[in-house]
Amino acid sequence: MKSLIGWGVKPVDSHVNEKNDKQWSLVQKLFLGLTPGQYLGQALRNPFNWILGIIFAVGLPLIVYRFLFGLGAVTHASNDYPWGLFLGFGLFVMVPLSASGFLLGTTVEIFGRHDFEPIERLALLNGLLGYLFAVVYLLVDLGQPWRLPYPMFVSFGPAAVLFLVAWHVATYLSVQVAEVSVAFFEWIGWLGGKRFIRRIAIGLTVSGIILSTLHQGALGALFNYAPGKVHPLWFSSPFQWIHFFCSAIPAGLCMVIVVSTIIKKTMAWRCDSNFIDNLDRLTLGLAKGASMGLITYLVIKFIGVAHDNEWAYLATGWGAWFLFEMAVGVVLPIMLFAYAVRHQAVKLARIGAVFTVFGIALNRLNTALIAFNWQLYQEIPHVFEVIIAITLFAIYVVVYRFLLYRLPILYSWKALPEEAFAAEAAKAAPVKISGSPVGAMYRKID
Amino acid sequence: MSGISRRRFLAASVAGCTATALAGPRKALASGSFTGYPDSMGVLVDLTRCIGCRSCEAACNKEQQLPAPDRPFDDKSVFDETFHGGTQKRRTDENAYTVVNRYDTKDAGPVYRKVQCNHCSEPACLSSCFVNAYTKTPEGAVIYKGNVCVGCRTCMVACPFHVPAYSYSSAIDPVVKKCIFCYETRLKKGLPPACVDICPQEALTFGKRKDLIKIGQQRIQTNPGRYVNHLYGEKELGGTSWMYLSSVPFEEVGFDPTPGNEPIINHVKDFLGTVPMVLAIWPAMFTGFHLLAKKQADHDDHEHDAEKQHGDEGGEQ
Repeated sequence: MKSLIGWGVKPVDSHVNEKNDKQWSLVQKLFLGLTPGQYLGQALRNPFNWILGIIFAVGLPLIVYRFLFGLGAVTHASNDYPWGLFLGFGLFVMVPLSASGFLLGTTVEIFGRHDFEPIERLALLNGLLGYLFAVVYLLVDLGQPWRLPYPMFVSFGPAAVLFLVAWHVATYLSVQVAEVSVAFFEWIGWLGGKRFIRRIAIGLTVSGIILSTLHQGALGALFNYAPGKVHPLWFSSPFQWIHFFCSAIPAGLCMVIVVSTIIKKTMAWRCDSNFIDNLDRLTLGLAKGASMGLITYLVIKFIGVAHDNEWAYLATGWGAWFLFEMAVGVVLPIMLFAYAVRHQAVKLARIGAVFTVFGIALNRLNTALIAFNWQLYQEIPHVFEVIIAITLFAIYVVVYRFLLYRLPILYSWKALPEEAFAAEAAKAAPVKISGSPVGAMYRKID
Repeated sequence: MSGISRRRFLAASVAGCTATALAGPRKALASGSFTGYPDSMGVLVDLTRCIGCRSCEAACNKEQQLPAPDRPFDDKSVFDETFHGGTQKRRTDENAYTVVNRYDTKDAGPVYRKVQCNHCSEPACLSSCFVNAYTKTPEGAVIYKGNVCVGCRTCMVACPFHVPAYSYSSAIDPVVKKCIFCYETRLKKGLPPACVDICPQEALTFGKRKDLIKIGQQRIQTNPGRYVNHLYGEKELGGTSWMYLSSVPFEEVGFDPTPGNEPIINHVKDFLGTVPMVLAIWPAMFTGFHLLAKKQADHDDHEHDAEKQHGDEGGEQ
């Protein structure tokens, strides 16, 4: 893509082409305004696509294999570890890393920090895709995925934590679709939809906070059903839900830092100056938020240990593993963030974010798999299970990239249709629209 | 400006109310405690009487029409089988709803322990199921409806006894497989389950749970030295329909020695209780934060205006 831009090709960022004489069709927009030949060429030149190709060549047949021959064919079919990597990673790791949507929504919409707007859409998309793929992992893991709507429509177990998770994730997915649809409406050029979402933005954001608080916590509370199975250092009956909720905050914020760093390195052509120029400042802002979340998390984790008087466990091998998780995933990033914020060292903040994401992911894997059944034996996932988990993650990356390439997430959509029509009518430079009801949620058009 | 705020406030309130309505019934069902049906049946398992003949396994296999095992039921070599690096003995799975394991103890020599669903008074599997596939019947059985099961396997995570198994081998209709107390074929008609019926040693006693508790305590009292002074399952995890007597401490024969007397659901109630509170408080709180943040912004604007239009609105706070 970089070389194409070098040759003077400009990816689509408005409804009309550069000469302002022709509207892009939907297909042309899908091809980023490139010819199919150009598009294919840039895709083939990208070595990352070849890696993806290899993953898909191995993994997609295995996914088909799983649905033809059952879960037993691709996992160890363990009755002691009913939840393997698909949920241990796909659900319990992906969901906290996707807390970004409600966090940045709250920052911008509720607290009125409009200086975070350049990264808000990325955070919303990160949230939406993370949840979507948590559901995809779930569909692969469920014994009878076609019955997923049963808790909504057929048979109700409303006293179960998972009932809450199911309803909230479903509702929250719809909320996030609505929030991200603004970018989609701009892209297809339907202003009515955009205005409607804008009108209900506060309602969407507040329901996003409620639903996130509860289902992030509920994922922790799921382990309250297994008080004897999870190692005491990773289990705290009264605080499990709040540990999960609290750690989701730095996890979501740091995931945005990590993703934006990757974008800056690999997709700079798609970002506008509003995104690129603000990114360093925003990264430090997110790092500040994340470090407050991490410090709180560290304190309440040790309150959990103190509450159940589990200090003796710290001297065991499990204790060393727990302290490693806390040191590398929580304390180290706090120190890196503190130094980074004080000395404006953005790079250190980015490294800290990587450690945080690692630390929270490790925490979820520990709770769901490694320290689960700590008195029984250690389950090592089947190699097919690992490959399918990686393949699903690769699909997630492809979808993520597909949307970032096209929708105005990293760049501002150049002109609203009225503008373009007005411009056509007046045969003049685009007219500045001020006082638009669309308002401040969207990046300044002018 | 204030018009927009009101509209936004209403939108947030509506969203909050909808969410509250969604969660309304949750607490009502979660609160209160249940100590078991009064005439619930149960089985008293006396480990001191079991000789490891495995005829209960055979009877269960026949009654529940399970596939024939790899090794016949009179093959005692299965007692030497271990799994996962020698750490685990045999467990229930999709082809066996009950298994007997041998433990070589220091004091009492070989002790045999039968494993099957203990049919809790407040079952963790039941309370964790989001499609309500499980039922605790008044007769005491914990039964399962396979036709609504989505296959999330939370019940297997929740079961403190590691009992429910999943038919992973099926691609089309995998379901949870576990002992159902022979509910359909026997218990419903007042008959003891197949394993109890066949036991040649009377190691298994079928009866009303409340009577079995008395029998168990009586045996402990009238046979000093024969039993450890504990009826496992009387109080554990809120009480189970199947209860155990042993000559050796229970942890030596594979029981969790400290499961606690709280039913599993009690660990979850606190969280379920916070749900309606979050649903009720968050909308007002965060809409309030929004209004506060906005008010601040308005105030700044206002000051800015006031500088220009000197004194016009100076009286306002």
